[in-house]
Amino acid sequence: MDQIDQIFVSLKHWAVHFFPDALQPLVSAGLSIAALIAAFGSIFAITTWVERKALGRIQNRLGPNRVGPFGLLQPMADAIKMLTKEDIVPVSADHVVHYLAPFALIIPVSLALAVIPYGRNMALVDLDGGVLFFFAVGAAAEVAVFMAGWSSRNKYSILGAMRAIAQMISYEVPLVLSTISVVMIAGSLSLVKIVEAQNHFVGDWLPGWYVLTPWGFAGFVLFMIAAAAESNRAPFDLPEAESEIIAGYLTEYSGFKYALFFLGEYWGMFAVSGLAVTLFLGGWTAPFPFLAWVPSFVWFFAKLGALILLFIWIRGTLPRLRIDQLMSFAWKFLLPMSLINIVVAALWHFTAGWSFPSAPLWRWLLCAALVVIPYLGFGHALAGRRRFPKRVYQYAT
Amino acid sequence: MSQSRSNTIGIAGGTGMVSQAPSVPGQRGSLGAQSLPHHQPGYTLQPKVDASGEVSSELLEIAMGPHHPSTHGVFRMDVVLDGERVVKLKPVFGYLHRNHEKIAENTSYLGSMPYTDRLDYLCSMTNNWAYALAVEKLAGLKPTERAEYIRVITAELTRLLNHTCLVGFLVQDMGAMGTPLMYAFREREKILDLFESLSGARMMCNYMRFGGCRVDLPPGWLDQAKAVVASYPKFLDEFEALLSENEILLARSQGVGILSRELAINASITGPMLRASGVNYDIRKVDKYGIYDRFDFRIPLGEHGDVFDRYMIRVLEMRESLKILTQALKDIPEGPIVDPKAKLRGFRPKAGEAYGRIEAGKGELGFYLISDGSPNPYRYRVRPPSLINLTILEDMCLGTTIGDVMVILGSVDIVLGEVDR
Repeated sequence: MDQIDQIFVSLKHWAVHFFPDALQPLVSAGLSIAALIAAFGSIFAITTWVERKALGRIQNRLGPNRVGPFGLLQPMADAIKMLTKEDIVPVSADHVVHYLAPFALIIPVSLALAVIPYGRNMALVDLDGGVLFFFAVGAAAEVAVFMAGWSSRNKYSILGAMRAIAQMISYEVPLVLSTISVVMIAGSLSLVKIVEAQNHFVGDWLPGWYVLTPWGFAGFVLFMIAAAAESNRAPFDLPEAESEIIAGYLTEYSGFKYALFFLGEYWGMFAVSGLAVTLFLGGWTAPFPFLAWVPSFVWFFAKLGALILLFIWIRGTLPRLRIDQLMSFAWKFLLPMSLINIVVAALWHFTAGWSFPSAPLWRWLLCAALVVIPYLGFGHALAGRRRFPKRVYQYAT
Repeated sequence: MSQSRSNTIGIAGGTGMVSQAPSVPGQRGSLGAQSLPHHQPGYTLQPKVDASGEVSSELLEIAMGPHHPSTHGVFRMDVVLDGERVVKLKPVFGYLHRNHEKIAENTSYLGSMPYTDRLDYLCSMTNNWAYALAVEKLAGLKPTERAEYIRVITAELTRLLNHTCLVGFLVQDMGAMGTPLMYAFREREKILDLFESLSGARMMCNYMRFGGCRVDLPPGWLDQAKAVVASYPKFLDEFEALLSENEILLARSQGVGILSRELAINASITGPMLRASGVNYDIRKVDKYGIYDRFDFRIPLGEHGDVFDRYMIRVLEMRESLKILTQALKDIPEGPIVDPKAKLRGFRPKAGEAYGRIEAGKGELGFYLISDGSPNPYRYRVRPPSLINLTILEDMCLGTTIGDVMVILGSVDIVLGEVDR
């Protein structure tokens, strides 16, 4: 079983040993990068198919079913269409920036993918400051979006870019703050170490994932909301709001550059979902001890797929927020909640030493109450039913 | 002139914006040409100046449309934005103008009947009825009993179809990835199937005739219609469970695009929009045209006049329409389908004028006809509810954000075929 678990690692070592010693680090890195791009390239293709199929089913239609069995070759057809399209650049656009923007998106996003551990011993680079690195390169994506919007010289593009900047900066704050609680408990910024810290079982059956603690659950929910906004997914897809500003900063892109943007956005979604899996869902660890024989990377990608399906489901269900509602949601709800969550995580850390009888239960209840009570308070203040009393309609006969 | 123009700085080049666009070297035909003829709007795009005299921000003028994904067709709004906020909004119609009225004045009365289908192309049955009503008034014809029932049934089915689609489009405009729209279209298909088996066409029915209807109901049609009507409340419950309690939908629609009662009356708004503002005015009750006085139904009235009220009024109206349909499908008598006195050929109403109006799904749809005794109308005029309801768009949109503009436009319920004619 261990061999299957480590099959990719052993394959790489085997391939590398043919090369002279001096070249080995280089070849090793090159192989890892090729594997990463190939893996996420195919996941991207599959995701576009799954998304269209799932949205189709949600919307009570079939989805793509003409190209290949069950429409499985649809991503290929899409790719061919995208690549053979004319690449149109507006006459008055800033050509250099317009050209560079898709690359400025795809490069940081693929850098962010490099620090996530996909399985046991399967992180491309185990940085000590992995989380920090992830957010640092993730923030660079905002520059790309603004480059695209500004250089297109289109009013919809500029509106979309403005929205994107406002939204991404605002949601970056709760995204990072909800991560901090995990870093506090795990005691490390390294994503590999964070997974190791969750790789145990409580009472022999409950996985030690952080999502199963009060602060971890709150952190996970906050993280996923902020992640949806960071990756411009519904209901936070304002920068590309089709019914309002056509396609936002993507309005003037076509052909291959558009495809690159599309790829970059999906990779961004995979990266941030992968981070959520790593931080809260135990990364590549198995949910139950008796399932530990399943290769670790299978677990990682299964959890990743589940989160992607969640994003697709939300996209098929919810309408879009307005820009001011989006902002107040970030600053008035997510930010205070994530700050409170940090305090709760600290409390969790310091009550670990409680030794009186039924201490774990009390610790659980205390922390849960500290999360739930502010949630109810903020929820009422911001989005509670109080603001929307049930309307009664009169009838004339 | 040029001085004031140099103050108007656009971020992107386009009409109405003066180009401080740096002309890209080596580019053919730079858009920054100074001599482009400018459409001069009735306002200036002066930069905003704060207290210290510094330019703090600029206004952005966008021509939304005629090829915008959610203007419901070829419709343009010249929007002036201060950031995301709407400062000025000017609806521009006419892209779909096709000379409907003049063409109708040069054809026979009956020849215009299929052409009315194309007015509000979602609701051809009600268009037919309004036109038939006007001609019948002009010529003094009376539809047969069975035809009257069929007219009510098809009109109420059309209302269901119109309101269902509207709610779907409205939530689509709010950004829900097509899910409610597809649910709405599923139900619309059932009604379109009924229309198809009745008239041979799904959308362009061309079904009504002066003094009755074109063909009798096919065998089994009433049972099919009863089945559709019986299944509709289930769909409405599902729709409401999905939408009416949705937190985001409530936040996006309540308090947005408020239309006051006074303004609605003064601007001669009709239909669900008027009733959402709390005015009890439904032509089915006021005129009691056709046989509407025989049915038991109520008129839901809104209170706030916002987008949510317009949405809810339509949902509630659908439920009332179902009541009418149940009664009409039960009571429909046997008999001739068309008034035997009405003649198709050589139809020349005597000189005079008539105005026939009905409560269509979108509001008061009226046809005003003047006859000079010849085979074609001397004057033919449509009173389109979509166009007149659209005139107050700016009053509802000022001060809201660009996202709300789309929702408000969606709640007005326009079909461009009717706006531009």
